[in-house]
Amino acid sequence: MLSKRVIVCLDVRERKTTKGVKFQGNVDIGDPVSMGEQYYHDGVDELVFYDITASAEGRPIDIEMVKEVARRIFIPFSVGGGIRSLEDMRKVLLAGAEKVSVNSLAVKNPKIITEGARAFGNQCIVLGMDALSVESSATIPSGYEVVVKGGRERTGLDAVQWAQRAEDLGIGEICLNSIDADGTKEGYELTITSRIAEAVGIPVIASGGAGTPEHLRLVLTEGKADAALIASMVHYGEHSIGEIKEYLARSGLRIRL
Amino acid sequence: MSSAVAILDYDAGNLTSVACAVRHLGREPLVTRDPRKIQAAEWVIFPGVGAAGTAMESLQRLQLDQAIRDAFESGKAILGICVGCQVVLERSEENQGTDCLGLLKGTVKRFRFAQGIVRKIPHMGWNEVKFQNHHPVFQGLTEGSQFYFVHSYYPVPDDTALVQGTAVYGGVQFAAAMAHRNLAIVQFHPEKSGPPGLRILENFLSWRP
Repeated sequence: MLSKRVIVCLDVRERKTTKGVKFQGNVDIGDPVSMGEQYYHDGVDELVFYDITASAEGRPIDIEMVKEVARRIFIPFSVGGGIRSLEDMRKVLLAGAEKVSVNSLAVKNPKIITEGARAFGNQCIVLGMDALSVESSATIPSGYEVVVKGGRERTGLDAVQWAQRAEDLGIGEICLNSIDADGTKEGYELTITSRIAEAVGIPVIASGGAGTPEHLRLVLTEGKADAALIASMVHYGEHSIGEIKEYLARSGLRIRL
Repeated sequence: MSSAVAILDYDAGNLTSVACAVRHLGREPLVTRDPRKIQAAEWVIFPGVGAAGTAMESLQRLQLDQAIRDAFESGKAILGICVGCQVVLERSEENQGTDCLGLLKGTVKRFRFAQGIVRKIPHMGWNEVKFQNHHPVFQGLTEGSQFYFVHSYYPVPDDTALVQGTAVYGGVQFAAAMAHRNLAIVQFHPEKSGPPGLRILENFLSWRP
């Protein structure tokens, strides 16, 4: 039986791990590769390195960092932020990443999903998606709108419809981040997570809002997510990977210990 | 005696993680598509990501299919990973049916679940492998160890005695690790499976079949 995954996300800015609340007021908290390596030794199932400013500032991806991660960490990791082309995807995957994550790029140019999936395999392409709770309307029937640029720009796309379309285009996995819950540590947004998990036939990673191991349990059961993404709850030592995974295993979930 | 480790480069996606894992174990691999260098190596790693049909096409185009058969016949240790594990069998259901290398009798089938069982395909993530035997490549693994899988098809060897480890997905029990003469094959990715995966690679690199 497949285990539910616990994934740690490292937001990277100029080779430093950074963390903010609702994408604002970021502070640097350490070296991403060393932090990733520590989480690897602590038993995390997967890592995400997300360059939070590459996209906005038009900088290329830090390929040297990706190579360094591949040299030191022997579990799957994905890289996102700043992927602008098929060539960028190729560079990141050849540097040793298991997956690339596209967000704004996929909204702007959905064709890139199909091209990337065809060139490298669906399992390599993750759709990063930021969803914002809005009033339901004809264009946004689910009441959740896709936003880009760290929540600064609305797209007019319905989150559930976009997830389904991306699956048709060839995405292998969806990382769904709730802008409303992100950074609050009050728990994942279970409604939109379960709606998307039920609407697609590919794995869904829940992101945004984790503060306690119980939040992970809820999103992996009621939220129907296949994996839970965490960040600040472990970055500051409030919780450890081992403690979280033991809690989930004790709650009856299938977990890799 | 040669102590070279060759990693077969046949445009099959990401070889970097396999090479990184081998280096981490203190060995310097040669990532190559040159049949002479493969013949000169003592350990050959045959990785793979993607589809069986595409993999076979690339192998044939680069004339590496014969290099693998020669390596197998010459008795050197070979490790097939994922698609590199599937295409050593005779035939795969993938790409409307693909004739494979046939180093080992059997076929590769797509996951089909019993009625009422809904599972996502590919089988992607960590799953437990139960090891039955005491093959040198699969020694020293803690019971209950999990490994990282990404696949939609799984190998079915004719001779079940070749199966070294099994996993279960959606009620389907399948061969996750097999061994036949100088060939060891795994459906999971040992290079992405943390300590137990590295242990298998380390065992392989000291295996003298």
